[in-house]
Amino acid sequence: MKLDGKIPAGTIAEKWSNYKASQNLVNPANKRKFDVIVVGTGLGGASAAASLAELGFKVKIFCYQDTPRRAHSIAAQGGINAAKNYQNDGDSIYRLFYDTVKGGDYRSREANVYRLAEVSNQIIDQCVAQGVPFARDYGGYLANRSFGGALVSRTFYARGQTGQQLLLGAYGALNRQIAAGNVTLYTRTEMMDLVMVDGHARGIVTRSLLDGKLDTHFGHAVVLATGGYGNVYFLSTNAMGSNISAAWRAHQKGALFANPAFVQIHPTCIPVHGTAQSKLTLMSESLRNDGRIWVPKNKEDAEKIRAGKLKPVDIPEENRDYYLERRYPAFGNLVPRDVASRAAKERCDAGYGVGTGKAVYLDFQDAIKRLGKDVIEARYGNLFQMYEKIVDHNPYETPMMIYPAIHYTMGGLWVDYELQTTIPGLFAIGEVNFSDHGANRLGASALMQGLADGYFVLPFTIQNYLADQLSLKRMDPAEHPEFKTALEQTRSRIDKLFKIKGTRSVDSIHKELGHIMWDHVGMARTKENLEAGIEKIAKLRDEFWQNVHIPGRDDTINLELEKANRLADFLELGELMARDALHREESCGGHFREEYKTEEGEALRNDKDFMYVAAWGYKGAGKAPELNKEPLSFEYIEVKTRNYK
Amino acid sequence: MAYFLNSSIGKKFLVSLSGLFLISFLFVHLTANSMILFDSSGELFNRTAHFMATNPIIRVVEPILAIGFILHILYTVILTIQNWMARPIGYHKQQRAFSSTWSSRNMIWLGLVILAFLIIHIANFFWKVKFTGDPLLGKVDYDGVEMENTYHLVTTFFIQWWWIVAVYVIGAVALGFHLTHAFWAAFQTLGWSDNCWRKRLNALGLVISIIIAGGFAIIPLWVKIASMI
Amino acid sequence: MDLTLKVWRQADRKSKGNFETYQIKDISPDSSFLEMLDELNEQLIREGIEPVAFDHDCREGICGMCSLFINGRAHGPGHETTTCQLHMRKFKDGDTIVIEPWRAGAFPVIKDLVVDRGAFDKILQAGGFISVNTGNAQDANAIPIKKFQSDEAMDAAACIGCGACVATCKNSSAMLFVASKVSHLALLPQGKVEAVRRAKAMVAKMDELGFGSCTNTGACEVECPKGITLTHIARLNREFLSANLKP
Repeated sequence: MKLDGKIPAGTIAEKWSNYKASQNLVNPANKRKFDVIVVGTGLGGASAAASLAELGFKVKIFCYQDTPRRAHSIAAQGGINAAKNYQNDGDSIYRLFYDTVKGGDYRSREANVYRLAEVSNQIIDQCVAQGVPFARDYGGYLANRSFGGALVSRTFYARGQTGQQLLLGAYGALNRQIAAGNVTLYTRTEMMDLVMVDGHARGIVTRSLLDGKLDTHFGHAVVLATGGYGNVYFLSTNAMGSNISAAWRAHQKGALFANPAFVQIHPTCIPVHGTAQSKLTLMSESLRNDGRIWVPKNKEDAEKIRAGKLKPVDIPEENRDYYLERRYPAFGNLVPRDVASRAAKERCDAGYGVGTGKAVYLDFQDAIKRLGKDVIEARYGNLFQMYEKIVDHNPYETPMMIYPAIHYTMGGLWVDYELQTTIPGLFAIGEVNFSDHGANRLGASALMQGLADGYFVLPFTIQNYLADQLSLKRMDPAEHPEFKTALEQTRSRIDKLFKIKGTRSVDSIHKELGHIMWDHVGMARTKENLEAGIEKIAKLRDEFWQNVHIPGRDDTINLELEKANRLADFLELGELMARDALHREESCGGHFREEYKTEEGEALRNDKDFMYVAAWGYKGAGKAPELNKEPLSFEYIEVKTRNYK
Repeated sequence: MAYFLNSSIGKKFLVSLSGLFLISFLFVHLTANSMILFDSSGELFNRTAHFMATNPIIRVVEPILAIGFILHILYTVILTIQNWMARPIGYHKQQRAFSSTWSSRNMIWLGLVILAFLIIHIANFFWKVKFTGDPLLGKVDYDGVEMENTYHLVTTFFIQWWWIVAVYVIGAVALGFHLTHAFWAAFQTLGWSDNCWRKRLNALGLVISIIIAGGFAIIPLWVKIASMI
Repeated sequence: MDLTLKVWRQADRKSKGNFETYQIKDISPDSSFLEMLDELNEQLIREGIEPVAFDHDCREGICGMCSLFINGRAHGPGHETTTCQLHMRKFKDGDTIVIEPWRAGAFPVIKDLVVDRGAFDKILQAGGFISVNTGNAQDANAIPIKKFQSDEAMDAAACIGCGACVATCKNSSAMLFVASKVSHLALLPQGKVEAVRRAKAMVAKMDELGFGSCTNTGACEVECPKGITLTHIARLNREFLSANLKP
């Protein structure tokens, strides 16, 4: 398949203006004749639905939670980037664009990233107008903080709850449109399938999570805003319900899936405590501003600590290995996420880990000595409290233990400049698409992308598609054969799951998948390991379809059925991730292949052979997917090796 | 306005306003009653009672006071019933003491105790002085002004029956607990509270409760004990 | 740890429901409360019993989906903690733990421990927003806002909509929830334009949906996982009264 990114003409700074000037729009009187389906109510979904409804489109929006406000965008802590240059520190749209492309290790599409940087300023304006209580200085103006991978302070924040406040802003805008009757909200409703009519996305099949009732909905276009797939690892910082099913169903129907191997592993998460653990908690990246990361220099000390015979405070300074400061003197503890994560894994694999062996220390003793406990408390008090709640250790007295964990997925459905997938009429916004972060995402950029797509990009670009659909009358899903077929397929998939009546619980299989993914498609990947992983995943998938046990009935809340349905898709996605990782014979961003590294052990990109987006086509479960390439070219940025020494 | 009074906050607005008004009444009443303590001949108290019974301002305020009582009671009862209906099925186990004071949770019961007391109190004194008269309620003459010997009626009651003293002390204590929560809560409902004023108003409320409850409880006890010495 | 759990089981909205007692063994004190329930469910599935339905999602104390009345307290023991942040080390080996759903007429039980909190959405739809269309905004720094006001607005805006305030209130009052939104927006200049309509509409919706009224016991504030204070309720009262007293 030839992939057309539909990049508009003009210089990079003119592309978006040119696009907006020449695209097709829908006449105001005709807008109400269009139905748009939005799946997901996070930053992308809520902001898109609200903005489309404000324009006059009729919107149906779906979420699996009990209210739109629960979407996992809410958990983002740190902040949102924008090129406002309020700090007068030399920021600009170009600089934000540059940092994002470089941070993504030159695996993102230039034009998309530039547009993201361009609309970033409007996002802040919009959010402030909605009443988002961003932090302010005493003069009453907005405050900024700095984040990894940037030389300017451009991150706007609302305490440690920026995602929450932005989501509540978008949710407010959505509520306003629901009250006005322009948006119909379906809660506790999960998308089960995409309905295609004549090659276009025309609707979805849904299942009510309350009573199992299956339903079909028509839309002139369908927008997926369903987030990332970190839960394929079972343990991640994602919400328990976060899943790939909606996107995967689209993939099965023909939407290409791009760069699935690009996942972000966040270095500062609270380590795993035991087998019953369900979820990992992130500690904000900002902690690395003052905390020093170390492990014992001697293996014997590490062993004694693990056995509980020695406390970290007993280890004298000369026996501590501040490995980030040692390896990366220039950036020290503030190296980007992917670098910090790999370094921690390297130490733990070498036997220097503390705690359960899969943890390193993040120590604030020096900072407390230098700045005083009060200052540290003012900066990180709420994070320290959160840590103490979970781990029951006081970080003012003993170092925190941290370990990397899956946090964000850069890969996703392939979209063009208009955010349209390879299925006409199917759009993907936010984390579920692949477009803006390349192989690694910078901190505070996920919120920016979700809102950019939802408020300022999709409401324009979708019209370019809809303008051609004016002659398409609303379909009656109850009568239309394609809708009926899709409904029947969903029904038989659920029946099939119930009929297995095996012996294993869904979670036990999901945990096993998580282990395979972490061990084989985790932070450090090799050819052999990936090949072995693909086999194991395939075996586990068979095991699932033969031996999973789903108790209860279909016509009531059935958490096991929900989980099984999602896991079935993760079991296919996991294999695709491994295949993508296997094919990409280079190391870039979050994707690290042991075979491709410099002598010092740093990531070694191969721009000659792999400067492209790998967009995979679905050929059936267990069948080798079809690889399509969208070459990447960088006209406005010089491609360099990332160096943090 | 009809909407306002139908809303929960509107109803509470009336409860708060009437409550604060009743507190102001309590101070006047306590001041008058305390005259019993300062003059065992009863003249001071009788003169005060006479003043209260004849002063035109007090005459005007009296029916307003009655309306205040009725509004306060009526609306709290309506609100309480609505509040009960808001939770048709209760908890099997609830640790209430952890998160709120006993008085704040039992305002309606404290209020009903006070209401019961009020009925006894009105039947004993107010009604007799005002309408039916009583054999104990003779006439006295101070400087040519004839007035009812209210002092005699009141003190005789306390001296003759222990249970009346007990009823008055219980009424006063219930009122005290009612007020510990009521005072700040009234301001809170009117919107006149914040983190800082909440502490001040609660402290002031405690002082008021102690003065009112203590004052009203001491009078019957004092009369009874003084008669025994 | 070995524990005895008394869990409310209810098949659907209409069923009567009752407590069931389960024994669970070898729970790690480092487990979260919901992980303990996960283990209970694994055990029930093995025994052929339908697992207990409960709401949860982010498991890091911010989405507001988890609920549960644990041993007589909303979100269980612990200060400013959601159920998902509650860890088993707060309990003792051999304890009996009573687990109930939120109880309020406006929050009907759907199944077991899952309740319908859609009433909260309806209240916010009545006016819990600022009416600004996408693209209408002026520059973000055009209106300076006093830092303390902005901070106080943030205090109120921290509400996660979990419903612990309603669950713990003896009157099932939603005042703290409504106050958090009204106060957040009333403190900001952007929110003042619609202040009158907002206060009236949200309170009217709250009353209509069958929540009780506030008797200022302050229980909501103590159990609120985000530490939202009664000061915001005072502000709501103020906003509502001035909205109605204005012509």
